[in-house]
Amino acid sequence: MKLSLGKWLLPVYSGLALLFLMIPIGYTFVYSFNDSLKSNITWRGFTFDKWLNVCNVQNGAVCQAFGNSLFIGAVATVAATTLGTMIAIAIVRYRFKFRSQTSLLLFLPMATPEVVLGAGLAAQFLSLGVPKDMLTIILAHTMFCISFVVVTVKARVASLDPALEEAGRDLYGSAWQVFARITFPLLLPGILAAALLSFALSFDDFIITNFNSGAVTTFPKYIYISAARGIPAEANVLASAVFILALVVVVTVQVSGAAKARRLAKLS
Amino acid sequence: MTIGAFADRGADLQLVGIEKRFPGFTAIENLNLTIPAGSFFALLGPSGCGKTTTLRLVAGLEEPTGGRILIGGADVTNQKSFQRPVNTVFQSYALFPHMTVLENVAFGLRRRKIGDPVAKAHEALLLVELDHLAHRRPQQLSGGQQQRVALARAIVNRPALLLLDEPLGALDLKLRRQMQLELKTIQEEVGLTFLHVTHDQEEAMTMADIIAVMNKGRIEQMGEPQQLYELPKTAFVANFLGQSNLFTGPVVSTTGTAIAVDVSGQKIVVPLERAHRVSGAVTIGVRPEKLTLHDVAPTYSDGRNVLGPGRVIDVSFSGVSTQYLVAVPGIGTLVVFAQNMAFGPAAHVGAEVWLSWNVNHGFGLDDDPTDAPRFEADLDTKTIAQQRRSSLITEFEEA
Repeated sequence: MKLSLGKWLLPVYSGLALLFLMIPIGYTFVYSFNDSLKSNITWRGFTFDKWLNVCNVQNGAVCQAFGNSLFIGAVATVAATTLGTMIAIAIVRYRFKFRSQTSLLLFLPMATPEVVLGAGLAAQFLSLGVPKDMLTIILAHTMFCISFVVVTVKARVASLDPALEEAGRDLYGSAWQVFARITFPLLLPGILAAALLSFALSFDDFIITNFNSGAVTTFPKYIYISAARGIPAEANVLASAVFILALVVVVTVQVSGAAKARRLAKLS
Repeated sequence: MTIGAFADRGADLQLVGIEKRFPGFTAIENLNLTIPAGSFFALLGPSGCGKTTTLRLVAGLEEPTGGRILIGGADVTNQKSFQRPVNTVFQSYALFPHMTVLENVAFGLRRRKIGDPVAKAHEALLLVELDHLAHRRPQQLSGGQQQRVALARAIVNRPALLLLDEPLGALDLKLRRQMQLELKTIQEEVGLTFLHVTHDQEEAMTMADIIAVMNKGRIEQMGEPQQLYELPKTAFVANFLGQSNLFTGPVVSTTGTAIAVDVSGQKIVVPLERAHRVSGAVTIGVRPEKLTLHDVAPTYSDGRNVLGPGRVIDVSFSGVSTQYLVAVPGIGTLVVFAQNMAFGPAAHVGAEVWLSWNVNHGFGLDDDPTDAPRFEADLDTKTIAQQRRSSLITEFEEA
């Protein structure tokens, strides 16, 4: 009965794996409704209070940390995506001195252990006398995000036919018009992917942030600190909200993408 | 000429002493060329001969190392690509994938801020019979349709000069023939100057008013297709534009109208006006279709050159004509094309034959046979034949 074994083994195995992966998320989500006091470890009954008054606990410390993370993520993403896109175009399209070295150096932040990177940066900021605050976190995040942006956008630039830009110039487009109307729209999918990746990396980074944040608290750092004395249910609320938001975005993109593909298929 | 207005007719193009060096090699050396306004001009040559570089220099996509480029008398050497009244149909078409066909065609008009770009784009699409697909994306069109969109996108701007970079290379044989005719018709309709770069000699001969044959960054010969074919100046032209039987020998006698050349003991006469060199060692030739096969030694007194006896070593039938390879001792292998006027070949492999041709059909080359490097063309007949063969095979496989 080999056939029937194959028939049920895969679904059961996949189901178990999925369940295993979903348990922590499910736990977080369920306990965001726990009518907890200080610590959120034992179930004390169902309530919507934590969702409705998420910013009222500990003078809004959870929300403060969450807002910091959003702000840092946004600024670091914009900076890293802008710089990284420019670097990617330069590396693929132009021949200049130290081009291959630049390419190699950009890989380093991805290859270096985060502890080393974080400690090294902290030491540099200390010796330069830069006080650790929001700015140092943004600088650190921008630095490691650039590497991921360059790698993502570079692949897109490399697949772009240079003749397209030449055609743009040939059709009376100035350098800026060619970039704005041809190069940029064609690179946009890659740039968007890079930006999303940057934001995700920055938002949940803990190690490098912890070394370079000083008194500023980000969401991962807040959870780490409060883990010692019991994480408040409000943290579960925010984490669940982020998870649901991400899920909604992914499903929307997939559904609209499938609809677009169907429309195109119908046209041709 | 300003970019904001349409050119009302084609302009002439002048290249003066153009030189282009890339690190490590010279693509073009001292190129002088004038293309008259309103003509269909073909730049023909093997890959790597500098023809595409020439086109890119005219388009402003490369900068010349030296020399000047004039369009309609105005010096455009230092103008950027987008400032020149020139448009290009790229080899890969380079249609913008994120725009509709209509937006592709209107792109140039919008950049130049020409009024009513959408209506003008529709007009151009009507000209190439693709208006019904105006709202498709380029990737939803076939190769031939994409090629026509690329053409419409260029001619809608009414450039003084239209550059075509092997635009038919990616099409299959049948479609290519059809597009060749369409291109020629459109050129006559709109009266623009066309500069067409190609390695396909048949394409150049069918479409162009004037052909310049290019080799190693230089123009070997320029003229009307028939003139180039019937009276090639160099061995390269004789072999690149069709096939030729070439012989080398010293001039042994000269009359007022002809020279006689001794080719391994056989005397061959070439008219004086068809010989580029008239003394010393010369190379003379005749086209394969001008040769006649005889199974007995012909007894012409004059007016015809006779070679032989030789032996037929290969016969290949190709429908309209049959190609014979004849080995003549002391001279080499000659190619003969004979029309199939009757059923069956005129001679079989192994047969002893003589060859003759009208004295007026021979030609004498300008090459100095002792000047070996220039004389030996990049590609000999055999290589070209092989290339043609493999390209035809791929063509038929694609079709």
